[in-house]
Order: sequence, then C-alpha cells, then structure tokens
Amino acid sequence: MELIADVLERNGLLFAFVVVGAMMLVSGWLSKTLTRGRLQGSAIAIMLGLLLAYFGGLETGGEKGLADIAIFSGLGLMGGAMLRDFAIVATAYGVDLQEIKKAGVAGGLSLILGIFVSFIAGAAVAAAFGYTDPASMATIGSGAATYIVGPVTGTAVGASSEVIALSVAAGLIKAVVVMVGTPLIAPLIGLNNPKSAMAYGGLMGTTSGVAAGLAATDKRLVPYGAMTATFYTGLGCLLGPSVFYFALVGIFG
Amino acid sequence: MVLYGVAALALCMLAGMIIGDLLGVAVGVDANVGGVGFAMVLLVLVSAWLRKKGLFPKPTEQGVLFWSALYIPIVVAMAATQNVVEAVTGGPMAILAGLAALACGAALVPVISRIGGRSEPLPEMTEEEKLEV
Repeated sequence: MELIADVLERNGLLFAFVVVGAMMLVSGWLSKTLTRGRLQGSAIAIMLGLLLAYFGGLETGGEKGLADIAIFSGLGLMGGAMLRDFAIVATAYGVDLQEIKKAGVAGGLSLILGIFVSFIAGAAVAAAFGYTDPASMATIGSGAATYIVGPVTGTAVGASSEVIALSVAAGLIKAVVVMVGTPLIAPLIGLNNPKSAMAYGGLMGTTSGVAAGLAATDKRLVPYGAMTATFYTGLGCLLGPSVFYFALVGIFG
Repeated sequence: MVLYGVAALALCMLAGMIIGDLLGVAVGVDANVGGVGFAMVLLVLVSAWLRKKGLFPKPTEQGVLFWSALYIPIVVAMAATQNVVEAVTGGPMAILAGLAALACGAALVPVISRIGGRSEPLPEMTEEEKLEV
C-alpha cells in the first residue's frame, strides 16, 4: 500500500491525469443519465472538482484543496497558473480576429465598469456590516473584484489582517460562484456569442472563474472571455489602492 | 514536427507574460497586466502569418491543438485545488460581497453587449461537439 502511494506521489502529474480522467468520465456519464445532456459534462466535472477541493481542505486544513493531500499533489501542477494559462492561450488558436476588433470598445468598457461595479458593491456590503472606515471598505471592495486585488489593496492602505482575510474570502466566493453559475445564467444574459463573452470576461474579471464558467457553458467562448478577464486583476491592483481608496477617503474620511 | 507547435505556443505565452509584466512595472503595480491576452493576440497573428506562408503544417498545428484540448481537464484540476473551505467559511459578509459583485456585473452583460450592434449567437453545437471535451 505504502509502495503504491509512494509511486503515485513521485509521479504526481501523471496520477493527476488519471484522477481528472476518471472525474471527466464520471461527469460525462452523470450528464448523460441524470440530465440527458442538458447540463454539460464539463460543468459537472468542475462542480465535482470544487466539492473534492472542499473535502481536501477540510481534511488537511491547507489552502490548495485536494492538492494538499500528498498523493493528489500533482493536481496542483496540472491546475496551476502555468499550465492553465498555457492552455488558455492555446484556445485562441483559430479565433476570429475580426470578432475581437468588433468587440474592442465594448470589451474595454466592460473592464472599467466591471472593476468599479465590484468595488462599489463590495464596499457597500462592507459598510452594511459595520466596516465603515475607508481602508476596510476599499479592501473588501477590492476583494469583491478578485481575491488578488483584495490583499494588494489591503496591504497598500494598511487594512487589518482580518479585513484582508475577508477580502480574499469574498473574491474566492465570486470565483467559485462564477464557475458554477455561468452556465445557469448564460441564457438570461445572452451569453451566447463572442462579444457578450468578452463583456462577461471584463465584467467578472476572475480569470479562473471565467475560464471555468465559460468552459462549462460553451467552450468556443473561452478565448474571448479569457482575453478581457486577463486585464482585470492588473487594472484592479492599479485602481484599488489609488483612485478607489482616495474616492472613499474623500466621501467617508 | 509537433514540438514546433508547442514551442511556438510557449514562445507566444512567454512574450505575452513579459509584455504584461513590463506593463505592470510601467504603471507601477506588482501584477501582470493582460499577459495572457497579449499572448493570445500574438498566437493568432503569428499562426495566421505562418500559415499563409505555408510554414505551419498539420503536425505543428497538432502541437497547439493538443494543449487547447487539454484546457477543460486542466480547469477541472484547477477547480479541485481551489481554497473552497476558506471561501465557504468567510462568513455572510464575504459571501454577500462576492455575490453582490457577481450579480451587478452579470446584470451589465446585456447592456455592454448592445454597444456597437448586436451579435448573432453562435450556431448550436452538434451532438458530436458536445460530447468531445
């Protein structure tokens, strides 16, 4: 037993391929038998992944979901930023550049709007829960943008570590809900063409959430959404501790 | 050769990441600004140009398409390594803040999509396309 576990640990990435392969197989079967193909196999696989991540986190108390369990550590490499971004870039192969040009203005606008809407929504919720100082509001608002912008802003404006932790949690919730919820809300918001996918990527911003959510909706939309989402975190880190924070200081400080 | 495709893809990604990091330094933030986006545009332009010159044959193309096909499994692995426990235990405020940002953003999708004329929905996926992931 120990010998097998040892082999699996030493060849972590290969075992990750097997594990994900099994998850896709089960999800495809569930999709066909339980939902008659209405909910795509990839959507179910992503939910299954999140569920396993939850139990992995409970089991180990770590931060990397299932990958914190030694034999599953290869999942961390397979699903890490390097291979994820590599695969996202590959999906752009064969993309219609005309579509991107057509949606350029809308995509750019969606980014700016998306960042500010998240800032304001997050800050409003923070204020409703009694965090009324500008530093806390800016940090939680930034966390509602993405879980990377939250700590960047929080550190810059000197928020407490408790508030920074809350901002990360807010960003994680957004990413997780975007992953699961995108296929469900897609028909309601007209998310069925490259242009709306670019708008969606810019408005949501969480690259992991958008990448997984669009994959579960219609994989042909992935490159368009990912293209705008990739600008979001950088812009958020730029605007959070500066424009947004100073606006809050001006209004509430 | 398949590796030529993988190498071209990797080169585009590295170049995009360097542009993104430089842009981050230029605007004074410690983050990559749009690296993946630049890499994607580079890949589209470079591959179109090489194809026109006949320098991007089928095997080379396979090197790119393989990684594109691995995208969904990689995303599933990513989902399995998220910090879901922390997200769920963040308390009602974190949950509400995340959900509020999501709801407001989603509500704006139809508004933004209208800018510059409506777009036609993509054609329905065939049964075959749905099954292959």
